[in-house]
Amino acid sequence: MRFTVDGVPTDAEPRPGQCLRTLLREQGRTQVKRGCDSGDCGACTVLLDGEAVRSCLVPAVRVEARTVTTAAGLGPDGGLHPVQEELATGFGFQCGFCTPGMAVTASTLAPDDLPDLDRRMKGNLCRCTGYRPVREAVRAGVLRAAGCPGRAAPGAPSAPGSAAAPGSAVVGGVGTSQVPGPACRLVRGEEPFTSDAPLPSDAARAAEGTLVLRVLGSPHPHARITGLDTSAALEVPGVIAVLTHHDAPARRFSTGRHEHRTDDPDDTRVLDDVVRHVGQRVAAVVAETAAAAEAGCRALRVEYEVLPAVFDPERARQPGAPLLHPDRTPADRVDDASRNVVLSLRQRHGGDVEAALAASDVVVGGTWQTARVIHAQMETHGAVGWLDDGGRLVVRASTQVPFLVRDELAHLFDLPRDRVRVLTARVGGGFGGKQEMLAEDLVALAVLATGRPVAYEFSRTEEFERSAVRHPMRVSVRLGATREGRLTAARLEVLSDAGAYGNHSRGTLFHACADSLSLYRVPVTSVDAQAVYTNTLPSGAFRGYGLGQVVLGLESAMDQLALALDLDPFELRRINAVREGDPLHEDDLVWGSYGLDQCLDLAQAALHRGREAPLDLPAAGDWRIGEGMAVAMLATMAPFGHAAHTTAALRPDGTVLLRAGTVEFGNGTTTVLRQIAASALEVPVARVELQHADTDLVVHDTGAFASAGITVAGKAVHAACLALRGRVRAAVGLGDSADGGGAVELAPEGAVVGGRVVPWSALVPAEGLEATGAELGEVRSLAFNVHAVRVAVDVETGVVRVLQSVQAADAGTVLNPAQCRGQVEGGAAQGYGSALYEEVLVEDGRVLNPAFRTYRVPQFADVPETEVLFASTSDVLGPFGAKSMSESPYNPVAPAVGNAVARALGVRGFEQPFSRDRVWRLARTVPPRR
Amino acid sequence: MLLAGGTWLMSDPQPGATGFVDLTTLGWPDLEVTPEGLRIGATCTIARLVAWAGGPEVPPEWSAAELAVDAVHSLLAGPGVWATATVGGNVCRAYAAGALISFAVALDGVAHVWTADGGEVRLPVAQLITGDGTTCLRRGDVLRAVELPAAALRSRARLHRIALAELGRAAAVVTGRVDDDGTAVFGITAATTVPAVLRFPVLPGPEDLAEAVAGAAGYYTDPLGPEDWRRGVSVVLAERARAELAA
Repeated sequence: MRFTVDGVPTDAEPRPGQCLRTLLREQGRTQVKRGCDSGDCGACTVLLDGEAVRSCLVPAVRVEARTVTTAAGLGPDGGLHPVQEELATGFGFQCGFCTPGMAVTASTLAPDDLPDLDRRMKGNLCRCTGYRPVREAVRAGVLRAAGCPGRAAPGAPSAPGSAAAPGSAVVGGVGTSQVPGPACRLVRGEEPFTSDAPLPSDAARAAEGTLVLRVLGSPHPHARITGLDTSAALEVPGVIAVLTHHDAPARRFSTGRHEHRTDDPDDTRVLDDVVRHVGQRVAAVVAETAAAAEAGCRALRVEYEVLPAVFDPERARQPGAPLLHPDRTPADRVDDASRNVVLSLRQRHGGDVEAALAASDVVVGGTWQTARVIHAQMETHGAVGWLDDGGRLVVRASTQVPFLVRDELAHLFDLPRDRVRVLTARVGGGFGGKQEMLAEDLVALAVLATGRPVAYEFSRTEEFERSAVRHPMRVSVRLGATREGRLTAARLEVLSDAGAYGNHSRGTLFHACADSLSLYRVPVTSVDAQAVYTNTLPSGAFRGYGLGQVVLGLESAMDQLALALDLDPFELRRINAVREGDPLHEDDLVWGSYGLDQCLDLAQAALHRGREAPLDLPAAGDWRIGEGMAVAMLATMAPFGHAAHTTAALRPDGTVLLRAGTVEFGNGTTTVLRQIAASALEVPVARVELQHADTDLVVHDTGAFASAGITVAGKAVHAACLALRGRVRAAVGLGDSADGGGAVELAPEGAVVGGRVVPWSALVPAEGLEATGAELGEVRSLAFNVHAVRVAVDVETGVVRVLQSVQAADAGTVLNPAQCRGQVEGGAAQGYGSALYEEVLVEDGRVLNPAFRTYRVPQFADVPETEVLFASTSDVLGPFGAKSMSESPYNPVAPAVGNAVARALGVRGFEQPFSRDRVWRLARTVPPRR
Repeated sequence: MLLAGGTWLMSDPQPGATGFVDLTTLGWPDLEVTPEGLRIGATCTIARLVAWAGGPEVPPEWSAAELAVDAVHSLLAGPGVWATATVGGNVCRAYAAGALISFAVALDGVAHVWTADGGEVRLPVAQLITGDGTTCLRRGDVLRAVELPAAALRSRARLHRIALAELGRAAAVVTGRVDDDGTAVFGITAATTVPAVLRFPVLPGPEDLAEAVAGAAGYYTDPLGPEDWRRGVSVVLAERARAELAA
């Protein structure tokens, strides 16, 4: 079959039933991304004879004699289409995985389509940005493509906030909205993600091709595998190996990864003879093709002894409930396996909470329930593994934690750490979901078993079957206060559903109870919290790390209190919130800065300004208006240490090479690391190169989670650069102190000392002049976010419209305003998703909506534009005064929305999401206006 | 297996499939305007239908043709899928949320079916659908076309829809129309497992319509919405359509 791709005549024979996307990717056209397989995400969009199509839905045979245009062929002469230019320079992407498809769809639009962008773009999902910068870029690009003026200054990022950063005189240094380095490649789809890059030249047996791994999942929520006949599967042509629990290490681990492996329960095997949730791996088939591997899975004969299952965490902790992990002990970090309890947490402070509540002027409270929410990173989990020519195991994974994966693979397979290398390409979204080892262990097992390169890429359905979701929590809160609004007592009870395995269940519960309650000065507190196993999809790490769920309960109860006392909700927080200098709840926390007061003022003022805006509501409907707000606090790092080791080297050509372990998945860290180096060394950012996310590069790096990109990796890079300056000083004879002695300038041609240029070739040895820097994360600061909304609720249908959305953030010094704004907007967008729409529905342990057509990842139309306001603070810990700002914007959104809905209706909902059906039921009690 | 646009077939693993017969190669006309009405070839793409319905080729007296635009926008799928997906595919896939079913049912569309034994039958699209995802078509039967009568195309018609997200997969679609002779027809799709068609000699009042809509059979619960909400909002959407038609 002949067809044309991006102007190149192509000859390829499609296989029966093959879709165009797979054919194109097999032809090396990896700019066409795979996000869902079902036409729901738009990542694979191409033009077919000029018309945008989902290439995963087009039978490949239909492109005979036709013309395909991908994101790499949109622009004239190998350049960029105006839409791509705008996306690239206007921060219209974060991870960039959806971007090529987004650009292809947008390239077909005309100015007439712009008023209808919500509908024109609804088939292209972005999980990172919240769409605002995409919308702006598409608008400007479409206008420019039509010959109209786009925006005043094309691509000029609108920099919010007022934080004037030191070092901003440096081109691309901190404080500037430096555009990410790979922007132009990303918008063309040419920056490789995990499955895009070819095998390196040192991969053994690469010429034989990469084997494909597919998994057979359990049909039962709880069963013992009593028989597993692999003979028919092994006879399927192309099948190379079948892996079962007989082949897997006996050693148990946790898919959840932390700096200390003892943070999580050892309750998981690579392949187990007991399955504890529907979809759990039963066996893996490794074959020459995906079709053979899938046929092999179907040919497996498995006998199960079905065991009793339990799906409700309350029932699971009662006596007599089926036990999921009866043999685990506290030594495995399972507190009470005889009650399915992973963690039991009891904290008392200040006396008898019931007595204090009874003595309070006013007591409010309730029980809130949150839903399972899935990360829906556009790039699914996956890994490619091989042996290098020295026989070392190499795994390229879609992970946030390459070093922790390396360490755990070494532990599981009894290998020295130096016999395992883990690296990442660009990662297509994380949000905590890739702080789990979900594919790498199977790939390692398969590579070690076959000696050949093996790839395992999750399908979208598998994400819903065997990745991890946000912990659903039942949160009961009672708050007591004086008549004046001063909190007197708080009682918190939390029941967290761990799902079938305990990954991150302990950490999320500790974190959820600590950083929530300690936001307020409360003399008497009581916390009882448990995380409990059930026979459902495991819960895991997710942006905000458990905090959002408990914040929903606490901030909703605070709103009840404000209503009960007729106090302004902002004022109620001012009365009770912790202030700089107050004692802190953990030993390693310090007041590096404090911006909550500013955040409250900024959000309140913005919300009040919004009251002046005219209401733009559909004529149909009985609309009620309400305002809501909520506050969240987050430590700037994870507890118990978070390490980053980095190097900074000056090369003989005067350029700077940074090495770091941390990962880029849209968090923007790689951009900011280069900016930090530029400012620390006072060189333009263009002279700074970064290599990262490879266990061969540096000693250790805990990884990209807990918003550690700036506060840990950034701090380590800063230290390395200061040390490098010292080495340059020493080399020119000024002594090795970083800031003592006379000035030295790192000019392109050499070190400038006292007007004299010492050429780099004379100063720098061939291997470079290198310095190291490390940050161990032993001391942490606190960051704050205040979210405020105005909503309209249609009593007739339950529709909630967000009329105004504001978030004020205390990020310390903002190192890259456009990126930081993007993190707040993206966090808020995910907050709106779980506040209003998203819910993995489970019935008898089975997921009912394992696809984007039924699981509602917010589309263009679903995300309101959030006005982002930054407090003006500077942190004593963070580099250049910066704090973390990636996870925390998520946390206050759902309670702010819930509070607004409650105030609009005069009746409060206690179940998240505040979906249309739930709001409609609430509104049934509201008298109609007409 | 019979392949039309293929946007559903390709979106779901088909391990049992041994071969496809691609209907789009048969050269069926997309759209035929006749004195009797509109004949939509089953392989007509959704993009083609929506372009026609919003364009100048529509006979001016066919004011209800525009309903196709509202119906297509009701699909979860966006324009990138419309280019491939077909009208016949959407009808035969028979999902309750199938927007082309909503459109056909609203206008008393008739399914023209080639039967496996070489014969042909015509039956209302509303009767073709037997459940969420099922039809009365037997193995080997082929939907050849959907025919919309001219009388219905001349009606004044409205479509209202709701989903759990603004442009999400429909949870309830209610259509209403008033014909030249004053009779009124309301259709409920997406909210019920099979289309419900409610006929009135004249445009009913709010109470009568609410009672009829609330009393329709087949409201159901799935991830797109619970039964009670679907019933409740169907009543609301029907009243909104009624109020517009009464104006």
